Amino acid sequence: MLKYLFARNDDIPAGTSAVYFGFSSILWFVIGTGLGSFNAAKLAFPDFVTGSELFSFGHMRQVHVLAVIFGWISMAFAMAMMYITPALGNTKLWSEKLGVWNCFLWNIGLSLGLVCLWMGMSSGREYSDFPWAIDLYIAAFMALPLAFNVWLTIIKRRTQGIYTTNWFFAAGVFMVTIVFLVGNSPEFFSLSGLSEAYLTWWFAHNVLGLWITPVAAAIAYYTVPKITGNPLYSHRIGHLHFWSVVVFYSTPAAHHLMSAPLPEWLKSFASVEGVLILVPAIAFVSNLLLTMQGKWHYFVENIEMKFTITGVLLAIPLNMQGGFQQTRAINWYIHGTGWIVAHAHLALLGFSTFLEGAAVYYGLQTILRRKLYSLALANFHFWFLLIGFSVYWVSMTIAGLIQGAGKIYEVPYIDVVIAEHPYMIARWVGGTMVFTGNVVWLYNMWMTAKVGTEIPAGRLPHELAYER
Amino acid sequence: MAFREYKIGARLFGVALGGSMMITLYFPTIDITSVAATDTGLRKALSFGRVGGFSYEDPLLLGHGKPKTVVLKTDPRTGQPMAQPVNAYVYESGIPFPSLIRHPRTMGPGVKELSLSQGHVTEASESSGAVFVIQHSDSAAGGSLAYVENATATRGWAPSEVLAAAGDENTTYVGSGKIMFVREGCWWCHTLLPEETQDWQAFGIPPRLGDFNSESPTAFGSDRKAPDLLHVGSRNSSKEWMMMHFFNPRLVQPHSIMPRFDYLWGEKDATGNTIDYATWRKEYLEYRDGKRVYPPDVPQYASNSEIRYLIDFVLSLK
Repeated sequence: MLKYLFARNDDIPAGTSAVYFGFSSILWFVIGTGLGSFNAAKLAFPDFVTGSELFSFGHMRQVHVLAVIFGWISMAFAMAMMYITPALGNTKLWSEKLGVWNCFLWNIGLSLGLVCLWMGMSSGREYSDFPWAIDLYIAAFMALPLAFNVWLTIIKRRTQGIYTTNWFFAAGVFMVTIVFLVGNSPEFFSLSGLSEAYLTWWFAHNVLGLWITPVAAAIAYYTVPKITGNPLYSHRIGHLHFWSVVVFYSTPAAHHLMSAPLPEWLKSFASVEGVLILVPAIAFVSNLLLTMQGKWHYFVENIEMKFTITGVLLAIPLNMQGGFQQTRAINWYIHGTGWIVAHAHLALLGFSTFLEGAAVYYGLQTILRRKLYSLALANFHFWFLLIGFSVYWVSMTIAGLIQGAGKIYEVPYIDVVIAEHPYMIARWVGGTMVFTGNVVWLYNMWMTAKVGTEIPAGRLPHELAYER
Repeated sequence: MAFREYKIGARLFGVALGGSMMITLYFPTIDITSVAATDTGLRKALSFGRVGGFSYEDPLLLGHGKPKTVVLKTDPRTGQPMAQPVNAYVYESGIPFPSLIRHPRTMGPGVKELSLSQGHVTEASESSGAVFVIQHSDSAAGGSLAYVENATATRGWAPSEVLAAAGDENTTYVGSGKIMFVREGCWWCHTLLPEETQDWQAFGIPPRLGDFNSESPTAFGSDRKAPDLLHVGSRNSSKEWMMMHFFNPRLVQPHSIMPRFDYLWGEKDATGNTIDYATWRKEYLEYRDGKRVYPPDVPQYASNSEIRYLIDFVLSLK
């Protein structure tokens, strides 16, 4: 990477920044899931690694969460943007050099921020835990350079229209910058009290709704038509998806605080808007699944499609849960329990991770012009992710229902802890499977870059998957 | 970009996102900022100090730059016994005031006016320090309204006199303890938010709107893996129990999954002796394995240890 930081822009091969972002994201995924597995072990076995401040649960939990959000998910998004945006504009990336610097500064800033959190230097606000200096760094050196590269590539495109994926990319980088700056404003301006608590969840909700969900969906809009060769089923349903995300997904932030003392009108409004999230969700899922018409064999045969379609299918339970669990009728039972933890992993480790996985698998092969080193290892990765995630999700959902029952029947809390114990072990097993799969993935992609079979000019990686 | 539908689309996008932020940010803020601080809200704000997380005065979250909360049984000026013990919030010279003192508007309507006219809060200065107490007054709308009184201005109480009159045994480090609560991630498992549905008998009354004015961060948590602590000081006020529980939770609750916080004791105990953690853990394992009848004794913590801050904070949650 270092040799390209000071090279002339024209001397940097196209796709360099995507490759750097891709490998960084996989590395952060390994780190993030490793931390997750470590934390889960502590919840199952509280005396596992004990007596040390740095390795205590309270110092490690937020490092796991932000490593996967800013390291894995967001860097995989940046990777996807670095190669998909120019491809869909029939042009080159606006500045490959800016992309390389962006990736370099991203890794530096994220490492710095996570070390701060690890030491306990936290703002004390969930999901916006970074101290304000790190927040400013993230906005200036991580979010904005990415946004400019995407916008200018789209402006300089050589096609007349803009394809669906690029609407989401352009809007996503814009919205995440706004959401990040507004959401962290309590720290910049000493806002306090319930305004601050509400803004914390306004940020947490919108970073999912206006960044992670739409950008992950945008990847599917690219990979499914690209790999199957089918045109997108409906451009117009894509419009419905896009506009309903902007209108419905940006409004229900208060449904995260249904049990907190907020104005009642706000909670009711958020709850109604929360159900309307089903509009973009159904538009997205139906559009993509209908695009698969006649090409369903790819779901079985092709590793990128396996990842993409699994992600799209997981959007169904995700949004069914998400739309209804936040209504007052259900939320009183499951609020603050493991159910929510399961739901958060369904969104980030289920739905979105599988789509980003597809983008990284497909992008690295296309840019490096090398066939995947081992399809068997890729399948191992897929199944370990899927089974590990499912074990995690099922066990945490059950644990959440136990907690919910304990909560409303006001059972002594220690009995809830005892009842949850087997599910805490299952959660650790599931998380460790995900981590193991990712270590294998990193090896597989590294070997792909080093010794993968070269893809001849004019061919696409998925066409060669079964050729020797 | 020269494509007419994108011009329309970009404008619509601005309207949609701007409208959404208007409804979800601006309107709620009007409501939230018009709430008067409750007695609890004032007590929390004054005892926690300016910021409970990362800040200029305390970047490493060591509990620096925070006020002390004291219980006064005698008047620090006259030495006469008070009719009733008074809680005073002591900001020594240089300790930043909470945003409620810096920006009285955050106290909310009614409370702000009383604190300005009766409490003289604007006369307090951070450079020379101040002592605050909470007073009550009948409000125009009926009922009692709590407000902040700057006792340095109204009664001439200097911070050093108040600390001397209270003595170490009546001084608590609640503000520094809140920092420990945030830094050690207690709030990842222990919520400070009894829910508004069926959570009351075990954990007590849910917080009210005015209980949070000026607090930052509120740290009431979202993911409950352990009992709610908002009123824990009312359920259990035993320092000895807290000590054992923090040192090793399995001493008092064999099924607990809480981490050990023995490292908050630091290197020395109350008598200045070095704490021998290795021996303690070895003897604890023997106890756990049934080779000892009693567990080893938990060391008495030093008066300036981080565990003192944390226990002071937890016991202040009433």
